[in-house]
Amino acid sequence: MSDLATSDHYGRTADDGGVSETGTQRQSYLRAGHTLRSWLFTTDHKRIAILYLISITTFFFIGGAAAALMRADLLTPQGDLLSDEGYNRAFTLHGVIMVWFFLIPSIPNTFGNFLIPLMIGARDLAFPRLNLLSWYIYMLGGLFTVYVLITGGVDTGWTFYTPLSSMFSNGNVVIAATAVFVVGFSSILTGLNFIVTVHKLRCPGMTWGRLPLFVWSHYATSIILVLATPVLSITLVLIAAERLFGLGIFDPKLGGDPLLYQHLFWFYSHPAVYIMVLPALGVVSELIAAAAHKPIFGYWFVAGSSIAIAIIGFLVWGHHMFVSGQSMYASAIFSLLSLVVAVPSGIKVYNWTATLYKGHISLDPPFLFAMGFVGLFVVGGLTGLILAMLAIDVHVHDTYFVVAHFHYIMVGGTVSAFFGALHFWWPKMIGRTYSLVWGRISAALIFLGFNLTFFPQFILGYLGMPRRYHSYDPSFQVLHVFSSSGAVILGAAYLLPFAYLFYSMRCGAPAEANPWDARGLEWTVPSPPPRENFETIPVVTRPPYDYPVEREGGDD
Amino acid sequence: MSGFVAIWPGQASAYSGQVDTLILAFTILIIALSAPVFILMLVFAIKYRRGKPADRKHPVNQRVGLEISWALIPFVLILVFFVWSTDLFFELHTNPVDALEIDVIAKQWMWKFQHPGGQREIDEVHVPAGEPVKLTMASQDVIHSLFIPALRIKQDLVPGRYTSLWFTADKPGSYALACAEFCGAEHSSMGGRFIVMTPTDYSAWLEQSTVDSSLAEQGAALFRSRGCSGCHGPSATVHAPSLEGLYGSPVPLEDGQVVTADEQYLRDSILLPQSQIAAGYPHIMPTFKSVLSEEEVLKLLAYIKSRAGKGGPQ
Repeated sequence: MSDLATSDHYGRTADDGGVSETGTQRQSYLRAGHTLRSWLFTTDHKRIAILYLISITTFFFIGGAAAALMRADLLTPQGDLLSDEGYNRAFTLHGVIMVWFFLIPSIPNTFGNFLIPLMIGARDLAFPRLNLLSWYIYMLGGLFTVYVLITGGVDTGWTFYTPLSSMFSNGNVVIAATAVFVVGFSSILTGLNFIVTVHKLRCPGMTWGRLPLFVWSHYATSIILVLATPVLSITLVLIAAERLFGLGIFDPKLGGDPLLYQHLFWFYSHPAVYIMVLPALGVVSELIAAAAHKPIFGYWFVAGSSIAIAIIGFLVWGHHMFVSGQSMYASAIFSLLSLVVAVPSGIKVYNWTATLYKGHISLDPPFLFAMGFVGLFVVGGLTGLILAMLAIDVHVHDTYFVVAHFHYIMVGGTVSAFFGALHFWWPKMIGRTYSLVWGRISAALIFLGFNLTFFPQFILGYLGMPRRYHSYDPSFQVLHVFSSSGAVILGAAYLLPFAYLFYSMRCGAPAEANPWDARGLEWTVPSPPPRENFETIPVVTRPPYDYPVEREGGDD
Repeated sequence: MSGFVAIWPGQASAYSGQVDTLILAFTILIIALSAPVFILMLVFAIKYRRGKPADRKHPVNQRVGLEISWALIPFVLILVFFVWSTDLFFELHTNPVDALEIDVIAKQWMWKFQHPGGQREIDEVHVPAGEPVKLTMASQDVIHSLFIPALRIKQDLVPGRYTSLWFTADKPGSYALACAEFCGAEHSSMGGRFIVMTPTDYSAWLEQSTVDSSLAEQGAALFRSRGCSGCHGPSATVHAPSLEGLYGSPVPLEDGQVVTADEQYLRDSILLPQSQIAAGYPHIMPTFKSVLSEEEVLKLLAYIKSRAGKGGPQ
């Protein structure tokens, strides 16, 4: 892994200051202040990213603990570990925490925050104080969630369907809805911040056609965050008002309609899946290009497919309601649109495959995580097509088939990409290298553990095991035991990286500026980057991913 | 399916066989579409791994024709399955005439079934094989979802509206039925049995169940005891629409629309009478929403349906 001189790729000379490491030793962002105060009041996007990384990871393990409880409970058909009520509260908290406090903010708020300014040659996001405020809002939402957790939880499922949530639930619905309402503002503000940053702060020469695909995917994600999240916020206010004051918007006895709630909820929550997966697709594009040491195949198709997914993603929410009693003609249209949204996702996967062709592929942990991502994402995506088929969805809707499908996309996809990003940019963020051997082992274990946990659930679902069941028919037990055993491996595999990454913080060798010999402006600054990122704003003169290509006979 | 672990659910209708065929065929297609990705990625990762000598001349980085083709060809193939699947779905939602009608009422946490003859069952429903059955379903509290895996069908029961489901079971036996929409604390115990019987066994079962009167007769009794007959009866002096021959016929509304007097319209007219007022009648119908239970409304509907062929609406 050679440390190529940065002026090679970006056409800078030594005179323009650039990012030459031979200049004055600038203080890294990690060392710019050691007090707690210097972290809690920072406006540095990189430090805020670290704050998010710590808090989001904490929620990942709280949500994971709830999942572990459920998998342990499901080892026996009668569910000996938890009560009915206890099980319902466990899966609701698992869903609420994982969706809103881990999956949605995971990649954008940590890696997006850390990398977007570095990748586009900016010193910070457009609104640094707003960025810090977003983290505080996230934490406030988190406090509400912790309050719900310690006061007994909520038992409605993360979807808060009426009239169960508004009239019948005994749980802490209003506080849980408040938690999600609050954290939504964090999303909206982060999305706004990213959009303005990408529009206004690109360095000279960083045209739209030279944006890294990671930035494109975050740009698309931000559009969804800004447009969809307010709908969720309003819906949650309506749920709280219905529960507290009996407004009757969703109550048929007062002329309301429970299906209205589902339309509003999924209008946000389907695009939310793309909020989770688009940043993951961006990460994987970076990982694959760097590992193959080749320009990404079909840059514009990959970039454009992110925008296409963001737009079409708004038109498919009704596929959650094929058996709800909506009109069958509406169902047919939602089914068709759901198949259309698979096209841009397919483009990405085929383009990644083509990128590997004739590459110089390094089998380092980031690439292994990317491969794992592709495997799980493809299975998740194709089973999504199965669910979009009306006649099949009628059978498998609300069964374990759906549980398996969305875990493949949201957990297999997003979490694999999150770990891939962590392994790829860790040397940049922390300035230390970690054990590549352990990295490879955990990438393999996550992939194996994941498949053992969730693949049996496709079969369970087709057999007719409904989701959210605390007790089940004994004939389903063998598959549940497979699934729970896989969960043990998966849980261990998720803990493993934290052990060697923590270890590397103290004992890892100092990282070079560009340990993977990758392209992209973030690799032109020292690891870890200095407080202000760039001494002088760089000028970009080359396309992205300008890896050297071997040409036949020297023709150009 | 027997053995160590079942991997395919039993079938109780021809429709379930059609769904199985569809999913098997579609699974083959998606394996065909995704196998190149899995195989090529592994092959490339090994063949072109860093440091290994290989022919890396002339890598292509953009080929628009290729990219458009691998976006469109899979999509067109998938569209074929969309048509197939949507056709099956529409079949499921097109009610056959002359189906045996059974009413379903869901509540936390039990299933109640009412047969036209007045037989009632809890958490168990008997149906004849080979005969189309239509379920008219209502929920008394939260959203439930009736799921019969052996038929490959389910349908939500949404408070405030009727949903329906129909099937022709053809294989006698006892199958699972479950609630698929999370409905509160005892959701996972809200199950039961779906029992398909030969037509002769079914008739025998109907005979041996003790019932006082058919559903329509029970509805007729309610019609009198709840005071409906005072306005809608043949000798009423109040100017109210007659219910003779009403079910299934067009009803002109005050606002100029014309609706069909289906189950949902009749239900709304009883529970939310001010929402759709028949043209030419005064706004005097009181609401019965806190008076009648879901079961009673369904009995009244059975009575009104039984009067369907008796003279036109006035």
